[in-house]
Amino acid sequence: MEINRRNARTWSLLGARGTLGQALQALAEEKDFYVVTADLAISSGLKKFRETYPDRLINAGIAEQSMIGIAAGIAMEGETAFATSFAPFVTERCLDQIRMNLGYMRLPVKLIGLSAGFEQGLSGCSHYGMEDAAVMRLMHNITVVTPADCTEIVKTIEAAADYREPMYIRLTGGRNVPIVYTEDYPFAIGKGIVMKEGTDVLVVANGVPVSESLKAAKALDLEGISAAVINMHTIRPIDDELLISMAKGKKLIVTVEEHSICGGLGTAVAEAAAEAGNMPRLVRLGMPDAFMKAGKHEFMNERCGLTAESIAAAVRKEMCA
Amino acid sequence: MKMKSIQELKDAAETARIKMVKTGFASNYAVHFGGALSSVELLIFLYLKEMNYDLTCREWAERDRFFLSKGHGVLSYYTVLQMAGFFDEDKLSTFQQNEGELSSHPVRNLELGIESSNGSLGQGLSLAVGNQIIAVKKDRSYRNFVLLGDGECDEGSVWEAAMCASHYHLDHLMAIVDRNGLQSDGTNDSVMSLGDLEGKWKSFGWETWKLDGNDLAQIDAVFAGIDWNNGKPKAIIANTVKGKGISFMENNNDWHHRQMTEKEFQQAMEELRGR
Repeated sequence: MEINRRNARTWSLLGARGTLGQALQALAEEKDFYVVTADLAISSGLKKFRETYPDRLINAGIAEQSMIGIAAGIAMEGETAFATSFAPFVTERCLDQIRMNLGYMRLPVKLIGLSAGFEQGLSGCSHYGMEDAAVMRLMHNITVVTPADCTEIVKTIEAAADYREPMYIRLTGGRNVPIVYTEDYPFAIGKGIVMKEGTDVLVVANGVPVSESLKAAKALDLEGISAAVINMHTIRPIDDELLISMAKGKKLIVTVEEHSICGGLGTAVAEAAAEAGNMPRLVRLGMPDAFMKAGKHEFMNERCGLTAESIAAAVRKEMCA
Repeated sequence: MKMKSIQELKDAAETARIKMVKTGFASNYAVHFGGALSSVELLIFLYLKEMNYDLTCREWAERDRFFLSKGHGVLSYYTVLQMAGFFDEDKLSTFQQNEGELSSHPVRNLELGIESSNGSLGQGLSLAVGNQIIAVKKDRSYRNFVLLGDGECDEGSVWEAAMCASHYHLDHLMAIVDRNGLQSDGTNDSVMSLGDLEGKWKSFGWETWKLDGNDLAQIDAVFAGIDWNNGKPKAIIANTVKGKGISFMENNNDWHHRQMTEKEFQQAMEELRGR
């Protein structure tokens, strides 16, 4: 699909799931693949896809374990298979099926977690993608990608169709997803992207928090704190080479993710930095290691300090400490 | 090595049991003897008579697929694969050896004829459903056979897949339940009652048969009458005897998973050779 300012704006308005639907719709014109879902075709933005390509959409019913088995059975025949449901349901509800089929047998199914993070708002923790990336990151052979905005969702889906490994693609953001990219750019699974250079602080983010982190870094610049920002869309395998080279000489590393601070981006960065040694102190921003009371999406992000103001405040506090 | 007569198949089943006892004993490790011995005739029938495959082209797109969903039943599976010609007899001596390819639960290896990694129960059927869906979409005529344990039917995922198979009219898919009546903790009835198991499959939209799963003539008769194009997935409830063929193992759940002593080995061999 063509990446330009107009499309970026349209996709942002459609939101993460609508963009997913558009990306798969466009891809279907060029490539042969199947989408398996567990009664969430419409929620996956696939209403039109279902009408246009009824033979390529397989509904497993509200049965996630079966959905993974079916997708794996399809992948076994050399076909490309995506599987979609809400983030906790497409990962944790059917974890053993993922472990056996995508992990152990390395069948290259592409899992798509809808409304990861707090996007489910008042639906609460049963529906939040809180530890989905952490759990997937533990699975041998599975690549974990969290696109920064809708344009990057398109890039990720296109890359996934040609990627011969099992994947978990985690979609953050609802409607009106903040725009990070308005023109085409080099995207490669497993390669972090430097969004902004800086000398004092390194902010490493993925998903919607990339946009907030960039805003925070710009605000900090004005105050004389120079912050670099990396879009670390892939946390497994993490681009440790880029991370370490960018972190060298900084006073602080801050990770920002719409996910638990346990097991996801923050942990992946901590592991890489600790093993490299001589790294700056690390602050992890994200969901606390707790089940929280439900709130609207924006409210929850504010509550967890994932807004530009909170990210800047956290950096400021650490820098003068 | 395909066989035609019931007598040939019966002889092959006896040969399989002898190989199994030797292989299991030689592995010097605990083996799931009970559930492997109950399924010998079913596997012999599938591999030596019913299934289409090509040993010279193991990934042949039209080969019939078999999934050992009851992944612990490997001893009969490996033995029958060997007898079917997928590998040499020497290979059986690597059963349950460090870093061997024939471990206690199957690991996907198409060269050896092993379609999928199993061991975590309740997963084979949905895999076969996905695989069969592709056969329909790509206009291929292969069939999928899945062997499940009766205890395995406790798993909810079995019924998710069962519902899906009839919804998609997968008439080239067959589930065979090795109904030996026992699971790890005891009888099915004492652990988790399966009730009218055939009725359950039927109510999920499957065409069903009940037969003696250790009787090759009965298996042969049922297969002879199957209509593979009637829009319905097929389930065979195969009543079997756990530990079949070795007196001290039959219906004795101590042999669900146990290592054989030298004395037990000698007795088993005597019984099998005496027939």
